[in-house]
Amino acid sequence: MATTHNTAAADEELTFYEAEEHGHEGSTLLGFWLYLMSDCLIFAILFACYAVYGGNYAAGPGPRDLFDLNLVAINTAMLLLSSITFGFAMLSMQKGRLSPTLFWMAITALFGLAFLGIELYEFSHLIHEGATPQRSAFLSAFFVLVGTHGLHVTFGIIWLFTLMVQLGQRGLIPENKLRLMCLSMFWHFLDVIWIGVFSFVYLMSVLR
Amino acid sequence: MFSNPDLQKLIFGRLTLEAIPYHEPILVITFIAVALGGGALLGAVTYFRLWGYLWKEWFTSVDHKKIGIMYVILAIVMLLRGFADALMMRAQQAMAFGEVQGYLPPHHYDQVFTAHGVIMIFFMAMPFVVGVMNYVVPLQIGARDVAFPFLNNFSFWLTVSGAMLVMASLFVGEFARTGWLAYPPLSGAAYSPGVGVDYYLWALNIAGVGTTLSGINLIATIVKMRAPGLSLMKMPVFCWTSLCSNVLIVATFPVLSATLALLTLDRYVGTNFFTNDLGGSPMMYVNLIWIWGHPEVYILILPAFGIFSEVVSTYCGKRLFGYASMVYATVVITILSYLVWLHHFFTMGSGASVNSFFGITTMIISIPTGAKIFNWLFTMYRGRIRFELPMMWTVAFMLTFVIGGMTGVMLAIPPADFVFHNTLFLVAHFHNVIIGGVVFGLLAGVNYWYPKAFGYRLDPFWGKISFWCWVVGFWVAFTPLYVLGFMGTTRRVNHFEDPSLQIWFVIAAIGAVIILGGILSFVVQIVVSYFKREELRDLTGDPWDGRTLEWATSSPPPAYNFAFTPRVHDMDAWYDMKRRGYKRPLEGYRPIHMPKNTGTGVVLSALALICGFAMIWYIWWLAALSFLAILIGGIAHTFNYNRDFYIPADEVLRTEEQRTQILAKQA
Amino acid sequence: MVMLVKSSRALLTLPIFALLGGCNFAVMNPAGDVAVQQRDLIIISVVLMLLIIVPVMIAIVVFALRYRASNTDAPYDPDWHHSTQLEVLIWTAPLLIIIALGAVTWMSTHLLDPFRPLGRLDAQRQIPGNVAPLEVQVVALDWKWMFIYPEQGIATVNELAAPVDRPIRFHLTSSTVMNTFSVPALAGMIYTMAGMETQLNAVSNREGVFQGMSANYSGAGFSRMTFKFHSMNQGAFNQWVAKVKAEGSNLDAGVYEKLEKPSEAHPVSYFSSVQDGLFRQIVNLCATPGKMCMNEMMHIDAQGGAGTESEHNRERLTYDGHRSHEGHEQPGATFPASGRVPFGNEQPEGMKPDELTPGVNQQQTQPDNGQGHEMPGGDQGGTPAPAQLNQHN
Repeated sequence: MATTHNTAAADEELTFYEAEEHGHEGSTLLGFWLYLMSDCLIFAILFACYAVYGGNYAAGPGPRDLFDLNLVAINTAMLLLSSITFGFAMLSMQKGRLSPTLFWMAITALFGLAFLGIELYEFSHLIHEGATPQRSAFLSAFFVLVGTHGLHVTFGIIWLFTLMVQLGQRGLIPENKLRLMCLSMFWHFLDVIWIGVFSFVYLMSVLR
Repeated sequence: MFSNPDLQKLIFGRLTLEAIPYHEPILVITFIAVALGGGALLGAVTYFRLWGYLWKEWFTSVDHKKIGIMYVILAIVMLLRGFADALMMRAQQAMAFGEVQGYLPPHHYDQVFTAHGVIMIFFMAMPFVVGVMNYVVPLQIGARDVAFPFLNNFSFWLTVSGAMLVMASLFVGEFARTGWLAYPPLSGAAYSPGVGVDYYLWALNIAGVGTTLSGINLIATIVKMRAPGLSLMKMPVFCWTSLCSNVLIVATFPVLSATLALLTLDRYVGTNFFTNDLGGSPMMYVNLIWIWGHPEVYILILPAFGIFSEVVSTYCGKRLFGYASMVYATVVITILSYLVWLHHFFTMGSGASVNSFFGITTMIISIPTGAKIFNWLFTMYRGRIRFELPMMWTVAFMLTFVIGGMTGVMLAIPPADFVFHNTLFLVAHFHNVIIGGVVFGLLAGVNYWYPKAFGYRLDPFWGKISFWCWVVGFWVAFTPLYVLGFMGTTRRVNHFEDPSLQIWFVIAAIGAVIILGGILSFVVQIVVSYFKREELRDLTGDPWDGRTLEWATSSPPPAYNFAFTPRVHDMDAWYDMKRRGYKRPLEGYRPIHMPKNTGTGVVLSALALICGFAMIWYIWWLAALSFLAILIGGIAHTFNYNRDFYIPADEVLRTEEQRTQILAKQA
Repeated sequence: MVMLVKSSRALLTLPIFALLGGCNFAVMNPAGDVAVQQRDLIIISVVLMLLIIVPVMIAIVVFALRYRASNTDAPYDPDWHHSTQLEVLIWTAPLLIIIALGAVTWMSTHLLDPFRPLGRLDAQRQIPGNVAPLEVQVVALDWKWMFIYPEQGIATVNELAAPVDRPIRFHLTSSTVMNTFSVPALAGMIYTMAGMETQLNAVSNREGVFQGMSANYSGAGFSRMTFKFHSMNQGAFNQWVAKVKAEGSNLDAGVYEKLEKPSEAHPVSYFSSVQDGLFRQIVNLCATPGKMCMNEMMHIDAQGGAGTESEHNRERLTYDGHRSHEGHEQPGATFPASGRVPFGNEQPEGMKPDELTPGVNQQQTQPDNGQGHEMPGGDQGGTPAPAQLNQHN
């Protein structure tokens, strides 16, 4: 088959190179998506640890003694709202309007900070009660899983502020749009992880 | 030094002068040798005023070719260090019988075997493989660079930082005494309180981040930057195996990072993941580390398989037999490599059903691997085999690797593994596949692509000496270990009572010395080739009558690789072009869009090195400061929007005209 | 299959022994039925794989020679790169071998599962109905082996003995880090891990003295963590037991605590009697006074934990921690960095057998008379439930 193809094509003056230069669009988004998947694996390991260690209270406090679902529900609301406001920022970006983009990003950052604040309050409360990460394997797994997510949110907020400065300096140029798209993927990714944390760590532990 | 011990602790953490092992003669001699050699090197660089050149053209370079070469240099340097460890172990085991205690006490010997494993896997094999992929893949797919050139530079320097931490442990403090995978609870704070395991953890974590990033980079490159017409099923097999290997990197190195981070937390914060205390479970670590560890083996061997495929096809002057089945075999191996991790600890007492499941999945991997061997075999069938060095390595690999594969399947049968686990049989097996597979493959690759990278071939005489030393040395060194495995001899032992074993260890030590000859001849080969470079010059860009796109450009390739992006019509694109009378375009050049060099990667990695070192020695202020600096440096880097430039069309024209003249002289 | 094994065994072992006569091939010439079956399995698998590997190796050499560039007589066919029949062959040939091996693997893994009680004494003999397995409890200590014989009421360190042709059931655990119990001539190896119990069933069919060791690196004293396995007839075994009883002393929690401290190349020692339930306490990590037993902790955890007022349990569940306060580590670069007393007085470490280090091991916590020191698995009714549990129920 290959040979017939060759003879047929030989007449047609095959070109072996491209005279025009081509860009490689989309490799940044693919690369960032791959990074998110690798990050997802880190969370997968932490979830697996929580699944294994989740019942090892070491004759210490368990979830029913520790978790305050109301607080966590408020916290979840904060993060979900921040995702929605980030969505508004992206819509504004697509319309090419800088000020609303910045406005919605600021709102997102505020929700993110509120989330972090509530999480830190929860952690300090737990530690105050003696439920430290050192107390049991269950608490180690809990603090590290939730804390790693919190660390990601922190970096997300730092990134958010950095990008706001850069948008202020240069406006909605293509590079900045690309960065905003990456950050948006990151932010929504953290949301998805949090939904996992909320249902798997808080809800299931209290229910079981 | 300080009258106030608290102040000293605050400033230097647990780092004191006693941490420098000046009472160990072996280390002092090593240190003097390293200091003299390193001093001479630095002096020479200063004398010849090379710092500016090195900084501008190499350290800060984002060119995938230069980064690839730097990776390989790092790998060769670390090979020397790792092999010195191997020689020390062989010498110790060859003499320490009965009354004779040998020259390495356990405290030292245990560091040596740990360092040997860590260095050879993480800082020899990994950089070597990543370097070759980095160099070859963009050329084979007709690209100008990788998808994220800055990230590529950053990944490389992170790997260097990890390697430097391991080297630092030799002279400041100590290295881990735990075995190369640092199983807890032995590696936990209670049983390994010193800095050794901390060196291990920080070195691997820093290097691991670099490896993950380079994996992401190469996947994006292969998926998004292939030349027009180069569909996936027309890609050279090396690109396929690189793609699969990088998929494995991205899918497993985060597991390693997370696992090591948890052990780090256990040691630094006092969490209870892998302790015996308070509900922790060391078995979890063993599972997690092997979920990374087994795919890691395939990360190393798959690119080697790719190299052999390219080499066989080129030197047999034939298209690779069964291309499609080769690709499917690679993909099947990639997927299956996730389903076998438990075979590393059959003896932990999982049930019979679990053990036999993992045993059988392990055996299934040998089916696609066997198919690959057959594919190479039938590529040789009715070929015109030129026995240049890369082809010699390939035949030696095929003969060596089938034995390693066989012993691997023996170990995959749980009841047989109960006998062989942790014996020298196991040690012989994995050296059989890693030396016989990965190292032979990389040496074949070096001999194959060296003319492309430097413009002259490697000297075949010294290459052949190196080849025979390696192959003979390998069998002399590791056959005795197989035999000792049949006697039930355990690994990692530094003293034996039974004198009847000694002869085997002596033979193994002789084998190691022969391999040393192979390594030294390899270094001599490179030096001799440099001095004979005019004689060995490759002016055509295609010294082996190659078949894939990297041979279409000059040797060494210009910074932009291809003046025009190639268009691919068939598998073995360059062979196809030659056959159909491809004419090199001589005009119509356009400015070429290229990434700019940047020193950010070097600076950030140096900061990571400082941060790691400070964490190891509990110098908290320095750790915090350097971490902050990394953060600020990273953010500052994002404010730089001016990251690329155009190579003007005149310059392209000049470069290409030079080549035209050279080619004309050839003809 | 038996024929295959026999003929192949002869084929394989004859030349090997001709070459290497005089060497002690524990794996190829074992003393126990389990190890014999494992040996046979190795031979079967090698023969099965050689069926494909030998032709491949021959073909590699033949093709390499025949199609070398200088041999212009050989056919050259640069475009031949596909053949459906050949491809089917190269996938099915290994597949068939792996199917055969997989079947062998599935059966043998179940048959030779170390947890599975033995079904026979050897290929010819069944286990007589009245013979119960000899129970041996094995504890891997830093860096020596302790063997407890509950039936005989004795214990030894670094010496294992058993009568021939009586099944042995090992219960294994470790006091600290992971080790592997390995007697190559007797049966395969198995990990020992702290807080867990593994098992190994084996039988010895031949009298003799065989080497035993730890096969998993466990720290500085690992190389000397060896022992001798004495396989003897019933009479000699009885005499050996009598000798241990006569020469040994009592093994109680206090003696165990001293014994458990790290020591290298520990001499063989005997104990004429053993405190009841010591092994179960070691498995549950509560042989040290004041520690809570693992099974008790698990029981509390299964009830949902012990609430926030349970800080006092923390110290009682810290098993590794007390070691880091006692100071057992090598001299050298580590010592000043860690600020702890080095273990062992002489440099270099591991060069000489070390005395048990006295004096450095004052107990930090007071023994507690409540739940922490009870017999695990014993009568739960006698002890009051922990106070914390009552809050929940």
